[in-house]
Amino acid sequence: MDDLITEVDVLVIGGGTAGPMAAVKAKEKNPALKVMLLEKANVKRSGAISMGMDGLNNAVIPGHATPEQYVKEITVANDGIVNQKTVMAYAQESFNMINQLDRWGVKFEKDETGDYAVKKVHHIGTYVLPMPEGHHMKKVLYRQLKKARVEITNRYMATRLLLDDSGAIAGAMVLDTREGSFGVIRAKSVILCTGAAGRLGLPSSGYLFGTYENPTNAGDGYALAYHAGAELSGIECYQINPLIKDYNGPSCAYVTGPFGGYTANSKGERFIECDYWSGQMMMEFYKELEGGNGPVFLKMDHLAEETIGTIEHILHSNERPSRGRFHEGRKLDYRLGMVEMHISEIGLCSGHSASGVWVDEHAATTVPGLYAAGDLACVPHNYMLGAFVYGQFAGQSAAEYAMSHELPAVDAAQVEAERTRVLAPLSVVDGLSPTQVEYKLRRFVNDYLQPPKVTKKMEIGLDRFAEIRADLDSMSAANPHELMRAMEVHFILDCAEMAAHASLYRTESRWGLYHYRVEHPEKDDVDWFCHAQLKKNEAGEMTCFKRPIEPYIVELDDEEKDAYNRLRVVKQAEAA
Amino acid sequence: MPMIMNRVSVPVTVNEEACIADKGCTVCVESCPLDLLAIDLVKKKAFMQYDECWYCLPCEKDCPTQAIRVDIPYLLR
Repeated sequence: MDDLITEVDVLVIGGGTAGPMAAVKAKEKNPALKVMLLEKANVKRSGAISMGMDGLNNAVIPGHATPEQYVKEITVANDGIVNQKTVMAYAQESFNMINQLDRWGVKFEKDETGDYAVKKVHHIGTYVLPMPEGHHMKKVLYRQLKKARVEITNRYMATRLLLDDSGAIAGAMVLDTREGSFGVIRAKSVILCTGAAGRLGLPSSGYLFGTYENPTNAGDGYALAYHAGAELSGIECYQINPLIKDYNGPSCAYVTGPFGGYTANSKGERFIECDYWSGQMMMEFYKELEGGNGPVFLKMDHLAEETIGTIEHILHSNERPSRGRFHEGRKLDYRLGMVEMHISEIGLCSGHSASGVWVDEHAATTVPGLYAAGDLACVPHNYMLGAFVYGQFAGQSAAEYAMSHELPAVDAAQVEAERTRVLAPLSVVDGLSPTQVEYKLRRFVNDYLQPPKVTKKMEIGLDRFAEIRADLDSMSAANPHELMRAMEVHFILDCAEMAAHASLYRTESRWGLYHYRVEHPEKDDVDWFCHAQLKKNEAGEMTCFKRPIEPYIVELDDEEKDAYNRLRVVKQAEAA
Repeated sequence: MPMIMNRVSVPVTVNEEACIADKGCTVCVESCPLDLLAIDLVKKKAFMQYDECWYCLPCEKDCPTQAIRVDIPYLLR
């Protein structure tokens, strides 16, 4: 059977948050370009914001914060390891993006004068803008996609990027997840917007899809970028979040915090000064959870009836609306009891921490013609608004690149090899089920990679991963759906190996719990004040190396540098 | 290798009286991010084909006849 071959100028892979913005901005840059948005699910309901979002976590709004203050906050929250230029590029565009979303019809909370009602959650500055009616986010984006005449291709999954003979982007190879057929999309430039590696660790419930992230996000883009030879960065800076136990979704302290809710220990006492998610905060959370004062809870039962009603309305209609249903099943009423919390499985996500594909301030990766935006692009703590802003940068950059390049020739050998790899599980009879292989792989991720990180455990983990790699050829798929899951197992395995290698490479501890190495418990700025990069070398091996940190453009004073190391509440000595 | 099928209870319930898949509706099938729902070709009604649910609710919210109910998966409930 002949492969389906399509030709476009700009190919955007992933239609969640950053992807639609990138596609719209590429079209705005040049409406004559053919721009395709490829989506594994359906653009109308895909990605992290399939049910909307309850607020902006990093709004840089004049009068409340300046770009310089924001760059400082994120530099400190990410323990100094940032390319400030990328964070500054976000911060300077943040307010324009909010205004554009406002014009597009996104409803932000405003005060009586019509100004944005910004709230304080971070340790130093004020950056949280609630969106109590944020459940319509995907509809707003979809309207813009239609208006810009972006070509939408749903239910296709990219399995590998296609390169030309110079190593530049030539397109992508894709799987039709409903028909099980293989295809090639030739493109002058490609934008990766595939979200986090959210199916890396196994949730403690044991339910494979009960993850924090939308489980469609299996780390596709991390693996696509890696195999295309791109540099990845900060992979050892895992995503680990404080979540509602068992439900495994956010509670969510950013929503409840401004109303007076807070993270508490079993005595109902506050033990951290700030609920903003950082590795340092997670370390205090971990200590409390494992210590005599655990477990940890979100406390709201001291709030007024009216306040709790407002919180319930926001939490039970946005982002993860089924939380209300979960609490109902457990007979938990925010008025009468505290919400039991726990620590999530590990993942890779620069939207929350810093693990991602290396990009510059124009969203360019190290592969010519390849751009990245959103949770998988390494711009620390970038969240949804950062995905929009970098989606815009990526769309504009990729359009410019496409305008100055010809469509590269297709290398038949790459296509042949990939077709064989992708379709193989359909021909294996009575092989291993992708579900079982995934379960075992992700259980090993928990057993061997979860912090506290222990060298020997991570080395054993790599041995187990190598055995699972040998099992990949034995996986069978009974239908196209299982074939999609089988290909996702390949991505998850790539991400697991990246997580182990990157964590072994950085022989110090940093980012609190995210990279707590038991044998190297201290931060070592002499040797490790640098980015740790990871890529596939010419021999096809996974290799790590240091990349120096660009000189800061916003200097920090010593007091600020240390701010996120002082998150624990200091108890006043009682008067004698 | 020999294989068996495991029996599991799934979180999505379809009210077949209300479901209008027989009239050509496929809204829930299209909205599921994980592509878990399908139309039973004999009964012409929607059903959950794979137990890989994120309990995210687009299928329930988008259903034009409110025929779908998403419960929290048993392992998490």
